[in-house]
Amino acid sequence: MLHSFIDILRRALDEEMARDAAVHLLGEDVAAGGAFGVTRGLAQKHGATRVRNTPISEAAITGLATGAALCGLRPVLEIMFIDFATLAMDCLVNQTAKYRYMSGGQLAVPLVVRTQAGAAGGAAAQHSQSLEAWFIHVPGLVVVAPSSPVEAYGLLKSAIRLGEPVLFIEHKRLYTMKEELADDAPLPPIGQARIARAGSDVTLIAYSAMVHSALEAAQTLADSGISSEVIDLRTLLPLDMATIAASVSRTHRAVIAHEAVLNGGFGAEIAARIGSELFDELDAPVQRVGCPFAPIPFAPDLERALLPGSDDIVRAVRQLPGLG
Amino acid sequence: MAAPTLDDWKQMYRALWRIRLFEEQIQRLAAAGEVPGFPHLSTGQEAVAVGVCAHLSREDVLFTSHRGHGHVLAKGSDLQATFAEILGRQEGLCHGRGGSMHLVDVAHEVLGATGVVAGNLALAAGAAWAAQAQGRQNIAVVFFGDGATGAGVFHETLNLAALWRLPVLFVCENNGYAEFTGREEHSNVKHVSSFAAPYAIPAKTIDGNDLLAVHESAYEAITMLRRGEGPYLLECMTFRLAGHFVGDAQQYRSKEELAANREKCPIERLKRHLLERGVGPDELDAIGEHARGEVQQAADRARAAPRPDPDSVLDDVYRSGFLNAISG
Repeated sequence: MLHSFIDILRRALDEEMARDAAVHLLGEDVAAGGAFGVTRGLAQKHGATRVRNTPISEAAITGLATGAALCGLRPVLEIMFIDFATLAMDCLVNQTAKYRYMSGGQLAVPLVVRTQAGAAGGAAAQHSQSLEAWFIHVPGLVVVAPSSPVEAYGLLKSAIRLGEPVLFIEHKRLYTMKEELADDAPLPPIGQARIARAGSDVTLIAYSAMVHSALEAAQTLADSGISSEVIDLRTLLPLDMATIAASVSRTHRAVIAHEAVLNGGFGAEIAARIGSELFDELDAPVQRVGCPFAPIPFAPDLERALLPGSDDIVRAVRQLPGLG
Repeated sequence: MAAPTLDDWKQMYRALWRIRLFEEQIQRLAAAGEVPGFPHLSTGQEAVAVGVCAHLSREDVLFTSHRGHGHVLAKGSDLQATFAEILGRQEGLCHGRGGSMHLVDVAHEVLGATGVVAGNLALAAGAAWAAQAQGRQNIAVVFFGDGATGAGVFHETLNLAALWRLPVLFVCENNGYAEFTGREEHSNVKHVSSFAAPYAIPAKTIDGNDLLAVHESAYEAITMLRRGEGPYLLECMTFRLAGHFVGDAQQYRSKEELAANREKCPIERLKRHLLERGVGPDELDAIGEHARGEVQQAADRARAAPRPDPDSVLDDVYRSGFLNAISG
């Protein structure tokens, strides 16, 4: 049976709530199913006290979830769009992330903040951003960005069980994607990337929806005899540098692709680490593919014009020395 | 509540002195360059901490602000471990990772001081929600200054706490100044308790320098909370005799204003009350001197305590072994 991304998130939440009475859901409209239907039916099944609507108060509900996590709950907070996380930044950055450290290890914050990011369908400049780089900069946080329904299922369950504050970023373009879910699939550990496609000439490093652009690019490149390995990072913070290193040591070339703007983007960090840690392995400069430096426009023609895709990845690979 | 006995009041008199002298030591050590950062003292505001915390059990959760030494001590934290934290020592409450503005003491359910004004309010509501959700009887208390009412999260939290009937006591120490600027320049709303009315949160404004008044009003508020009647906002009018932080030259207020407020010192007021009730001046002096000895000993021991090992600087960013388990 095929499960959509949304359905599979609901299933993961449902199962975790059944498994652990400390798991509580909260966020704007979640008791009514949430803006995208992820939590539909869960209030009826698990009770209104465990699936709670909140006012539109991102600062307070993030603080509330953090305080509750300090005191025995395992809240899963939904911030409807990552753009709205701007309103929760004091808590996430100054408190949630630092509690374990500032308390000298006395406290932990077992909190998952589910949020939805990326551009699709004319959501425009305040509902389309890819802001993951801001959070990757904060010690104490964990940042996860699944690329498919099956990945999201396992990673969400692992995130809820982790015991650290996790920002779980879902891409709105993936919400309608459908996949089969094996009954006995092991849960992917947080902090471990996966090889989405094996190859030998170049390593394409991506996460979230961009993994599919990378896979598409790999297919196109294969038709002209270039073999691409695609890494799906899954967890952005902490970064699985070992998987990247093993791959780049085989392919000797790397292209990093993300939907976020290039300037100060996560690709810069990955490129810097490859450059400093794997310099001797490289046959070509590390290249990055990302959004040009502009807000996400509203008109579909403009949105398409701005967003990076598989063509941009193919072009970046073809410009690498030895692969032109 | 059985009326406090004379011995209870003497205990609270001692508690006031412990906080006053603790902070005097901090001020002295800071002047000598022994205190990293910039501690904020609550000198003159001690009655709020002592009067409220007198009604809290160990299980009741406390959150405080950047001006939180008094609250932490009143909740029961160890003098020496608190000193050691403020001095940045390994045996400090947070092993030197937090300091004056980030005191945490889980053993006494002191779940945190925050250096960002108003940042603690929603956390306290969350602690209250956890208690409510898990059927525990404890309440949450959060101390904050009048400056916090300028932050949106203050209003968001009042709304949420009222809506969910959370057992959280909001204690505002209204000392008339938000950092260096008087309340009249921050808001047209004179009394913080006024903000409670639209959310139907019961609230009261009291003389926060009168320990008897704080003690009685806090009892009433906490009794309502424990009955499940939802949040309460207690506004305690007070005055900080110290600057905003140690080293603040306080050019924004007059000597006359400071002198007038010294007359309202909560310790002196309780002393007058106890003298009127027949406690001898020698006994009260002895209580003060005993507190002085306790504080001095704790400070001396904390100053002699080992500093943290620099090799431990990356501990506790995540749980032990998490980063090692992956390549990070």
